[in-house]
Amino acid sequence: MTSPSLNQPRVQLDGVNATYIEGGVTLEALRDISFAVHDGEFVALVGPSGSGKSTLLDIISGLYAPSSGRVLLDGVPLPTEARLGSSAYMRQRDLLLPWRTALDNAAIALEVHGVPRREARRRARERFPEFGLEGFEDSWPAQLSGGMRQRVAFLRTVLAERPLLLLDEPLSALDALNRVLLQTWLLELWEKERQAVLFVTHDVDEAVYLADRVIVLTARPGTITHIEEISLPRPRTREMLTSETFHHHRVALLEALGLLETPEPILGAAP
Amino acid sequence: MIGSLRRWSLPVVLLALFFVGWEIAVGLTDTPAWMLPKPSDVWAAFREHHALLWHHTRVTLLEVLIGFVVALVAGVAIGIAIDTSRALERALYPLIIASQTIPMVVLAPLLLIWFGYGLAPKIIVAALIAFFPITVSTVDGLRTADREVMSMLRSFGAGRWDRFRLAKLPAALPSIFSGARIGIAVSVIAAVFGELVGASEGLGYLMQRDSSQFLTARVFASIFILSLMGVGLFGLISGLERLLLPWRRYVTDRPGE
Repeated sequence: MTSPSLNQPRVQLDGVNATYIEGGVTLEALRDISFAVHDGEFVALVGPSGSGKSTLLDIISGLYAPSSGRVLLDGVPLPTEARLGSSAYMRQRDLLLPWRTALDNAAIALEVHGVPRREARRRARERFPEFGLEGFEDSWPAQLSGGMRQRVAFLRTVLAERPLLLLDEPLSALDALNRVLLQTWLLELWEKERQAVLFVTHDVDEAVYLADRVIVLTARPGTITHIEEISLPRPRTREMLTSETFHHHRVALLEALGLLETPEPILGAAP
Repeated sequence: MIGSLRRWSLPVVLLALFFVGWEIAVGLTDTPAWMLPKPSDVWAAFREHHALLWHHTRVTLLEVLIGFVVALVAGVAIGIAIDTSRALERALYPLIIASQTIPMVVLAPLLLIWFGYGLAPKIIVAALIAFFPITVSTVDGLRTADREVMSMLRSFGAGRWDRFRLAKLPAALPSIFSGARIGIAVSVIAAVFGELVGASEGLGYLMQRDSSQFLTARVFASIFILSLMGVGLFGLISGLERLLLPWRRYVTDRPGE
């Protein structure tokens, strides 16, 4: 017998609606969003810009209040402010503080959680090799390459030691090669800890390669139109990118996003 | 080292050329020393009256330093207050800007009446003038804090104080240092001005006394000391900034980084 709370999803959204105000006009950002992410689950959110993906993560993290609907963490409905600090949120920009060394940047979430600075640094230093950052502990962010900065940012997120990771296009600022490298590395790392992950991307291939489940959002207002369960086994390998199954999921998602229809030529003069 | 040598050599050479030209021009035109002394006369005045000059320099330097430190503490504190509270911003900012429109020519004699001939009125004038650029640069600096960084810290559960100490204040420091550099330069001018209005000590007082007695070479000596003081204090603040903000060397404002 397991206690019921163990079966509770890490995060559950229940009929979440959100609006925002732009130029005095109230616009609908999200409509009736419901889904859940359990421990050990990697869920990707794809959708065009304007589908409210980032707003959704802001809501879960406690930064933004939905206009209606509930957000449950470990089965408990929590008001917006009370959710702050319960997830580890990483954005597209690395947001490293230029006046802190790589080590001190990585340790900042620990410091916020009240871990003494020495201990925070010790714990961060321990994990530098694993993140391919050994020897760069005392470098300033401005001295690091884009890929390394992103890894420092990811280490900072992991060191927050929250069971729920919210990743908002963490790899999309990188060039194609770095991106592939970090995808593989990210998966390796996640295989060890298996936190619940909610991963926002606009890249269908990335979503299929990384996730157990891909949720498709449409734009303005963001609504869930399709959920694709990815049947690729774990651990994932790069070869799977050419497999029949991968292709099948990819097509299904492109279709759900409406990307398989050739749009009308914009200028009317296309060949 | 080489870089700073190169940086300094140009103004030094220019200044040397200027002095040489000055020396020759005064010699050729036979201008009397009470009207325009030669640089060599000024140097002679330096050597002859160094004890007197040093005494008055110390007085002025003390006024400048105390005035500047008061301005720094008050400026940063008021800047933080303005940034922290919208209400305080509305209440204080207009008053602070208005305070800068009161001409010092009017205020300085009043301060003399209220606080006498001692150090106090000069310190007050220096502080009043220096605190304005420091306040404004503090407010501007605090506003440069990256919104996304602030919300990242909030998502980690950081409270207001943590966000301030981890992100806002460090982001504001370069700007605060810029304000401090301006502040120290203007507080030298302000202290001398305070002395000119009424004093019994200080380089401003000495210059006024000497010029009325046509001791023009010593007036120039005082002027050079004041310039050196300004440059030295400015350099001190810049050095302090390099020491305290080592990361600044690596940050070039490349867009998109």
